[in-house]
Amino acid sequence: MSTATREATGPAGQPTRPSGKGGWGLSGSSPLALAAKVVLLGMVAAITVWMAMPLIATQSWVLLALLLLSALAIFVVYLQPRYIPPKYLVPGVIFLLLFQVFPVLFTVSTAFTNFGDGHRGSKEEAITAIESSSVKRVKDSATYSLSIATKGDPATGDLVFLLTDPKSKEALIGDATGIKPLEGAEVSSLGRVTAAEGYTILNAGQASTRSKDISNLSVPTDTGAIRAQGISRAYEGVKARAYDKACDCIKDTTTGATWKADGDRGSFVNDKGEALSQGWRVNVGAGNFTRVFQDKTLQTHFLSMLAWNFFFALAVVFGTFAVGLAIALALHHPRLKGLKIYRILIVLPYAMPAFAMMLVWRDMFNQDFGLINQLTGASTNWFGNPWLAKLAVIIIQFWLGYPYMFLVTTGALQSIPTDLTEAAGVDGASKFFSFRTITLPLLFVATAPLLISSFAFNFNNFNAIGFTTEGGPFPPESPQVGGTDLLISYTYRLAFGAGGAQYGFAAAMSLLIFLIVAIISIISFRRTAALEEIN
Amino acid sequence: MSSGMPTPATGAAGAADGRALGDGPGLLDTPKQPVQLGSAQGSWFSQVGWRHIVALLAVAFSLFPIIFVISAAFNPQGTLSSTTLIPTGASTENFTGLLERTAFKHWFINSVVIAAVAGALSMFLSALAAYAFSRYRFKGRRPGLMFLLLVQMFPQFLAMVTIYIMFTRITELYPSLGFNTWWGLIILYMGGALGVNTWLMKGFFDTIPKDLDESAKVDGATHTQVFFGIILPLVTPILAVVGLLSFIGTINEFLIANIFLTEGNSKTLAVGLFGLVAGERNNNFGIFAAGTLLTAIPTVALFFALQKYIVGGLTAGAVKG
Repeated sequence: MSTATREATGPAGQPTRPSGKGGWGLSGSSPLALAAKVVLLGMVAAITVWMAMPLIATQSWVLLALLLLSALAIFVVYLQPRYIPPKYLVPGVIFLLLFQVFPVLFTVSTAFTNFGDGHRGSKEEAITAIESSSVKRVKDSATYSLSIATKGDPATGDLVFLLTDPKSKEALIGDATGIKPLEGAEVSSLGRVTAAEGYTILNAGQASTRSKDISNLSVPTDTGAIRAQGISRAYEGVKARAYDKACDCIKDTTTGATWKADGDRGSFVNDKGEALSQGWRVNVGAGNFTRVFQDKTLQTHFLSMLAWNFFFALAVVFGTFAVGLAIALALHHPRLKGLKIYRILIVLPYAMPAFAMMLVWRDMFNQDFGLINQLTGASTNWFGNPWLAKLAVIIIQFWLGYPYMFLVTTGALQSIPTDLTEAAGVDGASKFFSFRTITLPLLFVATAPLLISSFAFNFNNFNAIGFTTEGGPFPPESPQVGGTDLLISYTYRLAFGAGGAQYGFAAAMSLLIFLIVAIISIISFRRTAALEEIN
Repeated sequence: MSSGMPTPATGAAGAADGRALGDGPGLLDTPKQPVQLGSAQGSWFSQVGWRHIVALLAVAFSLFPIIFVISAAFNPQGTLSSTTLIPTGASTENFTGLLERTAFKHWFINSVVIAAVAGALSMFLSALAAYAFSRYRFKGRRPGLMFLLLVQMFPQFLAMVTIYIMFTRITELYPSLGFNTWWGLIILYMGGALGVNTWLMKGFFDTIPKDLDESAKVDGATHTQVFFGIILPLVTPILAVVGLLSFIGTINEFLIANIFLTEGNSKTLAVGLFGLVAGERNNNFGIFAAGTLLTAIPTVALFFALQKYIVGGLTAGAVKG
């Protein structure tokens, strides 16, 4: 019975519960099921309480409300007797919503912003950052004795400055949000804080490994900011740039230059159009999308990348399928000796760790000491030529993928009844004809969903590029786009690359890639569903 | 019932029944019936001989990179430039170096534990959902199935910015589920439990005759009894396949693990081994190859343990899609 006809039968699949067992609560279950239900729901309650405690402690009321609502929903789903499917769907769906749907929605929302390096936080945060990074030491700057401390691990925890005013010997604590008095500190005779409740003071060795974090930490004060000078002294400098509310701009007190706030760009811009590097996050509407389509250089790159992306995915899917099927057919013979051992050896690549084998393949293609050049005696620069590099990544992906297709088609061939082809043979059909008209269509129906998901996977196969060529080779005239770059690996560099993160733009690219893959997949699924009806 | 293969032939139903009951064609089975199209005459070569040649070529192509890894792992010099296809020595230096100089033991244990737990859990979550999708008709069933497939096609790594922000908060609130913990990574991987695997499972569940659960329900069995008592024992092949696929997927996962696990001893094999060759590519190659071989052991072992289910599970599930 096909899925379509079963769909039409509607609620026939609903279980008919024996009468008198309805109602809410835990009635109507066998003792074992009842016990299991009590234990499992008890665990849900316990986990809820465990999760609620830190939320109460940190006063995260919104999260707490969400948590309690979810817990309530779980109890309702499992205590009501009528609707069975949710009982089986809820466990997986909770994780799906938390770790797939929510991140995807967040990504989609950032596609409409300028979120990225220099545009991470609010305008206030940008102003604070501009002001405190402009702090300069002046002649009469106050100096403090400094100890560097953290609440967490000395190697990774967020740092704070423990300061003592040289005159009053009062202990202070400062972090990126400001400065306040420190209670319960021990101050040595030299005026340094030597211990503070709840904090670990870094020793000289630990401090020296974090010198970058220390020099980046700037504690804002009313007139400027406190910054470290070495690891035992700090000074209070004066800010050279300050925000002026009246003109909504940043003014440099020494040079007199001004940068006006531009709410559309999320930056402070001077009259020459130059922006300060610290900006804030604003909504840019469809700006990221129009950038993909309007920008001339990006446009040519986008189209050539798209073409190569399609070629890569199709070549890998159909290449692995064709070869996997050909080998499966060749081995599909009852009198073939050693069949078992052949099959095991052929599928071995599938069982090897793929990431490691990609790295091994990368090194086998190495020009100077790679195995491929060693065996052929050539000195081909595989990853230096865009066409050879393309060929290399396809070969690598082919090696990783064809055992899977071999497995799948072997299984499918075994499930195709032989009487069909035998009958065709009796009717005088040639072997090739019966293969083409009987076996192949059946194989396609059987493997179509796998082929489609394999296409979707390879279209976005970041690892295949990231572990091998990293997108290269990069032509000198357009160093942003490499010869083997898939859309996904290009987007990855946009989002995390050395040129500074551009999450908003990368998210817009991701959304476009997703739409391409999703539309192709949906169309293919519709078509295979049609194929299935015909058969 | 639904036949394994939507064919016009009545003979198909019998074949599908056999698989539905869990004794499908295994990886190591020989085809049971002779496939003789037309006449069975011809020389040995045109009948069988050429098949050996195809098989040997395929085996050679499959194996040569693996042999290269073995050769590199036992190469006493341990560098890429000194490694050839045919092993030049049999030194275990790379293995001892790997165990002594790196946190390989930790990586190995982390990877196997995370992959085993995540594989088993995601297999179970997927089976629960597949049961609902296969046996019940409810509003949003078809869109739901389509949604499962589409949501996984969204490029994952950008979502990692969100995941990073989320887990920074989770690490503050619940350190035992935070960065560098087993459970944190496992629950994160559970987000992908429903997806293509649920489709594979649902397709297989569809091949189990519905009469079985309906008659059990007439006898007073509850839906949980049907699921655990009747369905699950019959779908062992697809459970094995999905478990194996999740295991392989998890043990190979790099992108998420790489941002999630930053402390030396918490790393998985993928993250740790990548770190070995990221900088010192030539000199660490022998150690890296030794690590690759050891990494393959759990996967290959699981593969052989489950091999008799794999072919049947993969195809029967694929049939309905």
